[in-house]
Amino acid sequence: MVPVSYYLILSGILFTIGTVGILVRRNALIIFMSIEVMLNAVNLTFLAAGRYLNSLDGQVIVFLVLTVAAAEVAVGLALIVAIFRSRGTTDVDEVNLLKW
Amino acid sequence: MLYQAWIIPILPLLGAAANAFLGARLGKRFVSLVACGTVGLASLGSAWVFADLTRLPAGERLVMLPMYQWIGTGDFQVNFALQIDPLSAVMLLVVSGVSFLIHVYSTGYMAEDRGYARYFTYLNLFVFSMLLLVTANNFLVLYVGWELVGLCSYLLIGFWYERKAAADAGKKAFIVNRVGDLGFALGVMLIFVTFGSLDYQDVFAGAPQMLAVGSVTATTITLLLFVGATGKSAQIPLYVWLPDAMEGPTPVSALIHAATMVTAGVYMVARTHALFELAPFSLSVVATIGAVTAFYAATIALVQTDIKRMLAYSTISQLGYMFLAVGVGAYAAGIFHLTTHAFFKALLFLGAGSVMHTLGGETNMLKMGGLRLKLPVTYWTFVVGALAISGFPGLSCFFSKDAILWQAFASPRGGMVLWAIGLATAALTAFYALRAVFLTFHGESRLTVEAEGHIHEPPSNMALPLALLAALAALGGYLGVPGILGGSDAFGSFLAPVFRGEAWMALETQAPANELGLMGLSVLAAFLGMGLAWYFYLARPEAPGVLARRFGGLYALLVNKYYVDEIYGGLVVQPLVALAHFLGERFEVTVIDGVVNGVGRTVAASGAWLRRLQTGFVRNYALSIFLGAVIVLGYFLFR
Amino acid sequence: MELILFLSVGAVAILGAVGVVALRNAVHSALSLITNMVALAVLFLMLNAQFVAIVQIIVYAGAVMVLFLFVIMLLGEKAQEGRERLPGQRVFAAVLGVLLLTEIIYVAQSNLLPGLPGKATTEMVAQGGNVQLVGRLLLSDYVFPFELTSVLLLVAIVGAVVLAKRKL
Repeated sequence: MVPVSYYLILSGILFTIGTVGILVRRNALIIFMSIEVMLNAVNLTFLAAGRYLNSLDGQVIVFLVLTVAAAEVAVGLALIVAIFRSRGTTDVDEVNLLKW
Repeated sequence: MLYQAWIIPILPLLGAAANAFLGARLGKRFVSLVACGTVGLASLGSAWVFADLTRLPAGERLVMLPMYQWIGTGDFQVNFALQIDPLSAVMLLVVSGVSFLIHVYSTGYMAEDRGYARYFTYLNLFVFSMLLLVTANNFLVLYVGWELVGLCSYLLIGFWYERKAAADAGKKAFIVNRVGDLGFALGVMLIFVTFGSLDYQDVFAGAPQMLAVGSVTATTITLLLFVGATGKSAQIPLYVWLPDAMEGPTPVSALIHAATMVTAGVYMVARTHALFELAPFSLSVVATIGAVTAFYAATIALVQTDIKRMLAYSTISQLGYMFLAVGVGAYAAGIFHLTTHAFFKALLFLGAGSVMHTLGGETNMLKMGGLRLKLPVTYWTFVVGALAISGFPGLSCFFSKDAILWQAFASPRGGMVLWAIGLATAALTAFYALRAVFLTFHGESRLTVEAEGHIHEPPSNMALPLALLAALAALGGYLGVPGILGGSDAFGSFLAPVFRGEAWMALETQAPANELGLMGLSVLAAFLGMGLAWYFYLARPEAPGVLARRFGGLYALLVNKYYVDEIYGGLVVQPLVALAHFLGERFEVTVIDGVVNGVGRTVAASGAWLRRLQTGFVRNYALSIFLGAVIVLGYFLFR
Repeated sequence: MELILFLSVGAVAILGAVGVVALRNAVHSALSLITNMVALAVLFLMLNAQFVAIVQIIVYAGAVMVLFLFVIMLLGEKAQEGRERLPGQRVFAAVLGVLLLTEIIYVAQSNLLPGLPGKATTEMVAQGGNVQLVGRLLLSDYVFPFELTSVLLLVAIVGAVVLAKRKL
């Protein structure tokens, strides 16, 4: 059996990649996908911990996270489309009017 | 009715509320009805309470009316409670009765005023405050009434606030009263610290056990209380506000002088006599201040030409009498004089008011004269008042003043000196009272032709209170005819259960050997004063001018009221004004404004700098969040 | 054997994630995200979470990613990145990423998973069936969050419709 720490390390690597993606990319769609990567990494953590502790609660939480993610994707993509319609771009750096 | 006595103070309060909120809309008839009606009902209630109280056995005439717990924090427990005992019942009657007559009179006097509703709102509030003050069951409620009375006097003295003199007089009354109230508040606090309670019963019952006679605490408490009394009751050195109080409408002066305000100090000293009995030094201070004030104010009143100002000094002088009485332990006599004084002083003020009313606001007696035939009702009532205050035998003040003078002489706390001062004051009083009558109503008319044409007798709603007060001023004294004249001093024996001071007991047992003689002397003094007034102002009208020239310095001193206002102005007012100017023009502009503006500028500057953090780039914000997450996580991992 | 499977699938997952972040073209990013998700689904299976693994493939890799691709196609070629305007953003991101990774590995290494082992052992799950047990749990202990998600989904639908409509 694979030690739980391996799963956790893998999850951490995926999570870090996701955050770096958010910071580095400027295309709103790709930033969004990076968020999905992070969510998945966290899901992996839940499942690994649940397996390690012989508990099904982790799986339930993951199920809930999946629903939230689905809702979030629907709204987020709608937002992106709306922004694209009004500003003609999906580059987050172009959308910077709210400032001092 | 005894247990519903709380209604009595509530009624004028309701009237004040109704007039304050509805009066301006519902017209003068409504205002008059509400104002006079509530006070009238209150006086009826007072009479009812009084009657009920007399039906109780003399020893049980004390009814407590706890309303609710007002303050309850730890050891500091204060109930909002009232009490009815002979003293408060008498005060209730006097206050509500005289106030009612003044209210009725005001409906005529103020009929043309724009602030009609406002006037009656204040007036009702004033009555409420005083009724609360006299029915209080503990020192805090007393203090509330005390302060409310001061507030109402401020509002009413400055009623015509468009006039600078009136606004200033209101301020003066309030500020001078504040000085006294500070002393009173300190006294109340010291009482609480000493006794752990503010209830009359606890304090008065505990006082003889907890404080030795003449102890420092007792003396301090009573002196502090007396400071409050000097402010409220216009005694030396805090009397200066009262002469200026005439800037208010004349019925207000009547109310302040007769019923609702200045008597508070006398009442309070009488109420707390259990404490004063433990502090002989304080009592002698009270008596001395009272006697000196009586004489001092009477001398000023001799030369005043303004009729209201003269009456104001007369009030101060008569209050001095009352303090002389309570100072020598003759509490009942003091309250008796308070009662008769309420009658005749209200009468005199209202009479003066009706003269002023018909002369279009003229107050200078030198510009009157000869009004006797044109204003018969005013004339005769005023004469009754003047004779009463002079101590004319058979009128009210004769009995009350005489009781005071005799007890000042006979009481172990009194003595020849106090008595002599009182006697001299009686002569002076007779002089200035008759002088006012002669100057105003007798002799040649010195009116302008225009004023002459306007003269008319007061309307019935002004004349009726005058007549009633005249009757009271004439007959009020028969409440307390002393034993030596075949009376039974009903007034004194009614109050006796409240005042069980040693001085009282001593006087009761003492044989009134010399009472008749003293009485004769004081009657003599009164007639001397009246005769001099007749000589100077009727027989030889040129004599006062000669005398004034002969004693120019003394005359100037009296006319200028011993320059006390100027002395206070120089010693107290001007330094304070200078300080206020410094604070207002220098300190505020530089320091306060500097701090305030400095805070504002600091915030604005840091904001201008910090707002650069809001770049508008979402990824910058994400970076900050990320940085924060790393730092927080690192802190928890590696701490 | 299991370790080899874990390592290879984990490598695929990491490659997919890197692809999402690194690839220029948004369609390519989306495709590598699907790769990442499928790899994760395999890992979920290895963790005895069959139900979640299937849901991951159906909902995530299926529905959600289709939605993504749909939007990418809708916005078309214009959905491109402009020039970089935040100098140092990459450097900061890299430094912070390394720091975060260090911290996470430190936690994982310290082998501290608090909590007592539960009853859901492999044998018991095999006996009761994974879907049945998760379903029972969802409708008993977690019924309130479960119901809340329905509200959430409803709100999301309404929100998406409102946002996507040109004119209300």
